[in-house]
Amino acid sequence: MPLRLLKYAWKKSEDEPRFFPEEKPLKTSYDVVIIGGGGHGMACAYYLAKEHGITNVAVLEQGYIGGGNTGRNTTIVRSNYLTSEGVKFYDESLKLFEDLSTDFDLNIFYSTRGHFTLAHTDSAMRTMRWRAEVNKHHGIDSEVVDVDTIQKEVPYMDMSCNGQHPVMGALYHAPGSVARHDAVAWGYARGAQMRGVEIHQKTKVSDIKTKSGKVVGVQTDRGFIEANSVVSMVAGSTPRITEMLEIETPIEIFPLQACVTEPVKPFMDTIVVSGSLHVYVSQSSRGELVMGASVDPAELHSTRSTLDFVEGLTDQMMDLFPFTSRLKIMRQWAGMSDITPDFAPIMGKTDVDGFYLDAGWGTWGFKATPISGKTMAYTVANDRPHELIKPFSLDRYANFELVGEKGAASVGH
Amino acid sequence: MKFVTCPSLGRRALSEFTFGGRVEKETDQEAVSEREWAEYVFYHNGAPKTQQEWWYHRPTGIWFLFQRNTLTDSITQVDFANKGLTNDA
Repeated sequence: MPLRLLKYAWKKSEDEPRFFPEEKPLKTSYDVVIIGGGGHGMACAYYLAKEHGITNVAVLEQGYIGGGNTGRNTTIVRSNYLTSEGVKFYDESLKLFEDLSTDFDLNIFYSTRGHFTLAHTDSAMRTMRWRAEVNKHHGIDSEVVDVDTIQKEVPYMDMSCNGQHPVMGALYHAPGSVARHDAVAWGYARGAQMRGVEIHQKTKVSDIKTKSGKVVGVQTDRGFIEANSVVSMVAGSTPRITEMLEIETPIEIFPLQACVTEPVKPFMDTIVVSGSLHVYVSQSSRGELVMGASVDPAELHSTRSTLDFVEGLTDQMMDLFPFTSRLKIMRQWAGMSDITPDFAPIMGKTDVDGFYLDAGWGTWGFKATPISGKTMAYTVANDRPHELIKPFSLDRYANFELVGEKGAASVGH
Repeated sequence: MKFVTCPSLGRRALSEFTFGGRVEKETDQEAVSEREWAEYVFYHNGAPKTQQEWWYHRPTGIWFLFQRNTLTDSITQVDFANKGLTNDA
């Protein structure tokens, strides 16, 4: 690559091929319309084309590719969840992630770091042991480690947390990784486009039309589009889509905020999470500390940022890493999290024939990108839910079969 | 920082309050079917709207009802949850 870059620098013309092919004109009919051009939508389109040969597909995105929660998360990939359903699902995702750079012929900067979930109380230690046992049962590399092991791996951390809530141990998950989130969406998008899928940005869906209980198409700000199948993969905008079909869900939207510091020299190659302090942090390849917390205190359909968030987060961060008091916050932002009561996604078919839902991704959506796309593509192609997503159906709440996933980001338990 | 003006308390920082969820009419658990109970507990239309919500003022221990828009975050009405209260603060 560096030699190619040097050659390019000396060239007179700019004849590099476009990363994405030119956008085709919007047709009036497709087999499948995917609403939402984030990681999940692109992955679904990619697997529909690659594994099921369905290429008459349009992905409609109201903004730009990967501009929603795909570009707003803290890029952590892991599979050390609490329930069997969650562990199996996220482990498949992690395996797919490991091969994505090769699949796409695009570097997604997948970097395996090791992931510590700190415990500051007896009850948190109990949950860590529980998670470790569930993980080991499914062959996931997870173990409970003691304070000395953590201190050795993360020497700059104050294990006493300023004397407030000393670290008692941690759940260590060696495969825990970070990846370039935009590249994941771009890789899937390009792969899908190369196989014939059309991606239409700045195309907003305003209504979904049905005829005797079956989807017939979508109304957009660029006209009506006929479609046999419509897949909603819009995370924080899910309630606005389901409202069009009068489908009720348990989803509530809460903003989830994150921020990065100015870049500093590499000092931390692991990911550190504290459920009790509601913080998680990793150091990016650019040297910035990427930090996040739990969701905002009240329901809100907005991506506004607040000072309250930065104050709360930095207060906790300085207990863990006292020297961060000298760092400046460079950027902060928010995404809209579609939170479910059991912290597990809602995936699969709905009561409306031909309408598929991929939602309820709350604070755990990025790491599920590949497997969500793959299983939803299967579900749409075969009109029956993939085995891995059967526990995540929308009617599980009516049947009182909740998943009870508490291994989600910064959920205190 | 966001502020809210309450009866008797005056202008207070919103960070003094804890969100208690939206106000919903509880169905009679004994009389309804399991499906109707699940509808009440879980399912709703979560699209942006103005709704009535429970908010707890921690320093005084008073519950309030706010009318709040979940798209703009603007609070348009503030009432005591317990109508009998007038000047408890």
